[in-house]
Amino acid sequence: MSQTPQQLDHAVTIFEKSKSGRRAFTPPAAEVPDRPITELIPERMLRVSPAKLPEVSEPEIVRHYTRISKRNFDLDSGFYPLGSCTMKHNPRLHERVAALPGNSRLHPLQDERRAQGALELMWNLQHALGEVAGLPHVSLQPSAGSHGELAGVLLTRAYHEDRGDRRTKVLTPDTAHGTNPATVTMCGYEVVKVGTNPDGGVDLDDLREKADDQVACLMLTNPNTLGLFDTNIEEIAEIVHGVGATLYYDGANLNAVMGISRPGDMGFDIVHFNLHKSFTQPHGGGGPGAGPIAVSERIEPYLPRPQVVRLEGNGGEQPTFTLDDDRPKSIGRLRGFQGNYGVFVRSYAYIRSLGAEGLREASELAVLNANYLLARLSEKGVVEYLPVAYDRVCMHEFVLSGAPMKRDLGIRTLDLAKRLLDHGYHPPTVYFPLLVDEALLIEPTETETKETLDAFADAIAEILVEAANDPSVAQAAPYSTPVRRLDEAGAAKQPVVRQPL
Amino acid sequence: MNDANYPEDLLYHAEHDWVRIDSAGEFATMGITWYAQDSLGEVVFFDAPEVGTMIAADDSYAEIESVKAVSEVIAPMSGEVIEVNSALEADAGVVNGDPYGEGWLVKVRLTAVEEKSGLMDSAAYEALLG
Amino acid sequence: MSSYTAATEQDIVEMLAKIGCDSIEDLFAAIPEGVRFDSRLDLPEGKPEQEVYAELRELSARNTSADDEVTFLGAGMYDHYVPSLIDALTSRAEFLTPYTPYQPEVSQGGLQVMFEYQTAISELTGLPVSNASLYEGPSAVGSAAYLAKLVNGRSRHLVSRGVHPHSRATLETLAVGNGTTVEEIPLKDGVTDIEALQAMLGDDVGAVILQQPNFLGSVEDIEQLTAVAKAHGALVIASCDPIPLGILQPPGEQGVDVVVGEGQTLGNRLDYGGPSFGFFAVAQEHIRKMPGRIAGETTDADGRRGWVLTLQTREQHIRREKATSNICTAQALNALAGVVYLAWLGRRGLVELGELLVRRTDFARSQLLALDGVTALHEQPVVREFAIQLDVPVAAVIERCQAEGVNPGFELGREYPEYSNGLLVALTERRGRADIDLLVEVLSSAITAERASRTAVVA
Repeated sequence: MSQTPQQLDHAVTIFEKSKSGRRAFTPPAAEVPDRPITELIPERMLRVSPAKLPEVSEPEIVRHYTRISKRNFDLDSGFYPLGSCTMKHNPRLHERVAALPGNSRLHPLQDERRAQGALELMWNLQHALGEVAGLPHVSLQPSAGSHGELAGVLLTRAYHEDRGDRRTKVLTPDTAHGTNPATVTMCGYEVVKVGTNPDGGVDLDDLREKADDQVACLMLTNPNTLGLFDTNIEEIAEIVHGVGATLYYDGANLNAVMGISRPGDMGFDIVHFNLHKSFTQPHGGGGPGAGPIAVSERIEPYLPRPQVVRLEGNGGEQPTFTLDDDRPKSIGRLRGFQGNYGVFVRSYAYIRSLGAEGLREASELAVLNANYLLARLSEKGVVEYLPVAYDRVCMHEFVLSGAPMKRDLGIRTLDLAKRLLDHGYHPPTVYFPLLVDEALLIEPTETETKETLDAFADAIAEILVEAANDPSVAQAAPYSTPVRRLDEAGAAKQPVVRQPL
Repeated sequence: MNDANYPEDLLYHAEHDWVRIDSAGEFATMGITWYAQDSLGEVVFFDAPEVGTMIAADDSYAEIESVKAVSEVIAPMSGEVIEVNSALEADAGVVNGDPYGEGWLVKVRLTAVEEKSGLMDSAAYEALLG
Repeated sequence: MSSYTAATEQDIVEMLAKIGCDSIEDLFAAIPEGVRFDSRLDLPEGKPEQEVYAELRELSARNTSADDEVTFLGAGMYDHYVPSLIDALTSRAEFLTPYTPYQPEVSQGGLQVMFEYQTAISELTGLPVSNASLYEGPSAVGSAAYLAKLVNGRSRHLVSRGVHPHSRATLETLAVGNGTTVEEIPLKDGVTDIEALQAMLGDDVGAVILQQPNFLGSVEDIEQLTAVAKAHGALVIASCDPIPLGILQPPGEQGVDVVVGEGQTLGNRLDYGGPSFGFFAVAQEHIRKMPGRIAGETTDADGRRGWVLTLQTREQHIRREKATSNICTAQALNALAGVVYLAWLGRRGLVELGELLVRRTDFARSQLLALDGVTALHEQPVVREFAIQLDVPVAAVIERCQAEGVNPGFELGREYPEYSNGLLVALTERRGRADIDLLVEVLSSAITAERASRTAVVA
C-alpha cells in the first residue's frame, strides 16, 4: 500500500533541526554598563552550561511548526462529534477582541481604576452566567471544569464546617466523568457511587439508601453523560437537601438546556460552567479553558477571593467595579490573579453576539441535531450493530453501544473509530461512559449542517458494510492518517517523555 | 496470546487471583488469572509491594496497570511478602503471556494456611466466569 | 443577533419528520414543568459582529495597558516582548481548534509540540521529567504539594514567605482538602531564613516550598536550603520564574525534587492574569505520581516515529478517585507559545536575555538607590526585579507616576504589611535605557512632590 506524503515525512523535532550558530532572537542593545555577571550574582549560583535549547532560524521555526500543525485534525477542518466536549464552531471575532491591547497587554495588578473596562466585562459575564444558571452569585476564578469542581467541593466543605457539621462522603453517579471522583478525593471526602436506573437516570432507591447525614454533596450533571435528562431531578434535589447536603451541577452538558431549563431552578446549589464547551472558548489542543461557578445564596459567603463587585455611583455617577478581597468566610484562592481573563473576553463576546434568544436557539438546535443524527443512525444497517444504549429522546448527545457490532461483525468501537479517521472525521468519544459496553458517545452540536450529519451517518453505515465483508480492514485502520495505530503499551512500559540531548 | 486456561493445581479467588501453595503449606506464589490479564489488556506496569509487607486475604496488596486501566490485585491468602517478581520491571507484559508461570507476582510466607478452604478450585472458578 | 447555526426552516421540517416529532418543543418533553424556564433570560438581545466588536473595543479602551504607560509592574507576570511568529502559529486552526489528543493518529502535531515543550522544560529545570503543562503558577505549586502528600504522606508543609502570596494562599485553600497544614518560613535580609527553616524541620515535614527568584526579587540559595530540608526527608519544591533559569543554576541540579512555575513570560501575553500555563517537572522516581498530561514517544504499526498521551493510568479518566489529580487539561495552546518562544530565543538567546536583564536591573537599582528618599529593602543579588523603600507613602507616589505615564511597580504593602513603604520594581527587555532614565526622573519628582505636599499639609 503506497504511503501518503505525510506518512513519508518522518517526524523530526525542533531540537534535531538545531545547528550551532543559527539564531532567531536578536537582543536589544543593553545601553547600560557591561558589568560581569559574576560581580552581580555569586558564581556558584550561576549555570555552568546553558540549557540545550535548539539553535534555529526564524523561518525554520515557522516552517517546523506549520508543517507539524498539518498533522492535526481540527474543528475548522472537519466534523468533530466528540461527546461531552461540545465542539462547536470558534468564531474568530473572539480572537480579534481578545487581542485588543487594552485586553492582551493589561497587567493583572494594574490599579483597578485603570482596569475598569476589564472589571466591568467580568462583572457583566458573571451576571450573564448567573442568568443561564439561575443562580445569582458567580466566581470566574477557576481555570477549567475540574478546577470549578474543586472549588465546588471545597465550597461544600466550607459550608458544612461553618455550621459545625463534619461530613465524610460525596455521592457521584456511576456514569460520572472521572474528574468528579478525583476531585472528591483531593478534597478529603470518600466517594460513594450511586446507581443508574434502566431509564438512564439516577436510581432513586439507591440514592435514598445512600443519602444520609454523612453525605456532604451529590455531584450530578443534567442531562447526564448518557445525554439524557433526568426527569426525577426535583425529587433528587429533595432527597439530597433533605439530608442537608448540597447539590452540585457539572456544567459539561449545559449546551442542551441554555435558556430552557436552569440548574438553579432544578435545585442545584453550585454549578460550574465550561467556557470552552458551551461558550466556545477554542479548545487549543487541550487548553486553555475556564470553569467559573455560580452558587446559591447560602453558598455565596464562601466564594473564592477576590470577587468582582459593582459599586453604585453616588448621585448620578457611573457605577464602578472593584476586586473585593474582604471576604472573611471565603475558601480563599485557587490560583493567581483573577482567572483566565482572555477566556472571559471570548465568552463574553459570544454571549453578546447570541443574546438571550441566540443562546436558547443554540440549545434547541443542538438537541435537534443530536436527535436527527440518532434517527439516521437508528436506520436498518446500523441499528442492529450500534443500538442506542437508552431508547429515549436524547438531549444534545447520545450513547450507542458497539457490543452487538463486536459480537456479530468482529470489530470493536475502537476499530470503528479508527476507520472513521480514514473517512475524514474525528471519531466520537469512545469507551465513556463506563456504564455502556463498547460505548460511542456522539455530540454533533448546533453549528453543524444537516448535510454533515447525513454524510457522517452514511460513513458509519459504509464502515459496517465493509466490516461485514472483511473485519480486518477496520481492525488495522487507520491507513491514511500521518501515522497509523500507535504502540501505546510500549509508550507506557518504557516512557520516553523528552528528547535525550 | 494463548486461550483461556485455569490450571487445576491452583486455587482461585473470586477477584481473579490465583495462589499456588507449596507441599508443606508454608509458602505460596500468587498472581492474576488469565481472565484478569485478558480484561486488562497488555500489562505495562506492576506496582509491587515491598518485601516484608504483611498482606491480608481479600485485601488489595498491589496495583497492576495496562494502558487504559488500573486494577487492584487482591490477596487470596494472608502472609508476609518474601519475594517480588523483579522480571516484571523489565517487561510487565510477561503477565499476559504466562500469567501462571513467568508472570507470577509475589511469593509469600503464609500465616493462615487454613484460609485455602475459602478459595475455589479451577472448575468452580471457571463456573463463576460463566 | 449573530448566529453560527445553519438549520433552515426546511431543514428543521425534514429533521423533525425523520425523528418522528412535530416540533422542537417535543424534544424537551422530558423536562418536568417545574424546572422549565418559560421566561426569557435577562440578557440583552444578540448583536451583529460589528456591534459586538464596538462594545468590546470601548470596554478595552477604558483599561490602561502596557501600551499606554511605561510599566515596571511585575510581581508574578511581566511585560516581555511576544514575537509575532507566536501569534501566527497559535492562531492556526490546526493548533487553535482541536481537542485534547485522544486520537493520536490525527493529533501528531499537538503531541509533538507537547514532547518538544516537555524537553525544553526539562532542560530549563534540570529535572528529567516534565508534564505537558498545568493551568498556571500558583495552582501548580498546589499540585506539587499534593504530590508530596501522595509520596510521603506527611502532613506538615513549610513554605517560604518569599513565595508569591497567591501561591501561598492557594496552598492554604487546598490544604483544607488534602489534610496538610501550611506553615510559613520567615525571611531574613530579603531571603528565606535558613536557621528558622532548620528549627522548623522535623520528620513530620513532607514538603518545603521555595521560590526562585523570590517575590522580593532575591536570588535564593536553593542549594543550601535544599540540603537542609532533605536532611529531614522532606520533598523540596521550587517555584521558578523561567527566564532567570536561563542563567541561574537549575534547581534540578541542586537536589530539588519538583520544579514548578508560572510560564506567562515564555511567549504568553499579560491578558489581565490569564490564560497562561504552569510548568511542572519532577525527578524520575516521581513520574507515576505526577499530575497532568504527558506525551510519550513511540512507534506506529509501520515503525514510524510518533507520540501518544502516556501514563494515562495516573489520570482521572482511568484512576478516578485514586487519580494523582483531577486535572483533565493541559494549557496546550499556551505551552505551544512557550516552546516556540524558547526555540526563538534559542540556546544563546536565553542566556543573552538573562544577562541583559541582570545588567539593566542592576543599573536601574543603583540609579534609584541614589535618589533622595529611596533606600534598599534588601541587598541580595537580583535578576530582573528588586525591592526598594520610600520615605513617603508608596501608593501616592505610584499615583503621581502613573499620571506621568510611568507605572513604577508594585506596592509591597498590599501583600506584606511589614514592608508598608516598599516598592517592587521589575524589568523586562522592553524597558530600555531611556525608560529607566524616565523612571528615575519621574519617581524622583513624585517623591519630592509627595514630600512637599505633606510638608504643606503639616504646615
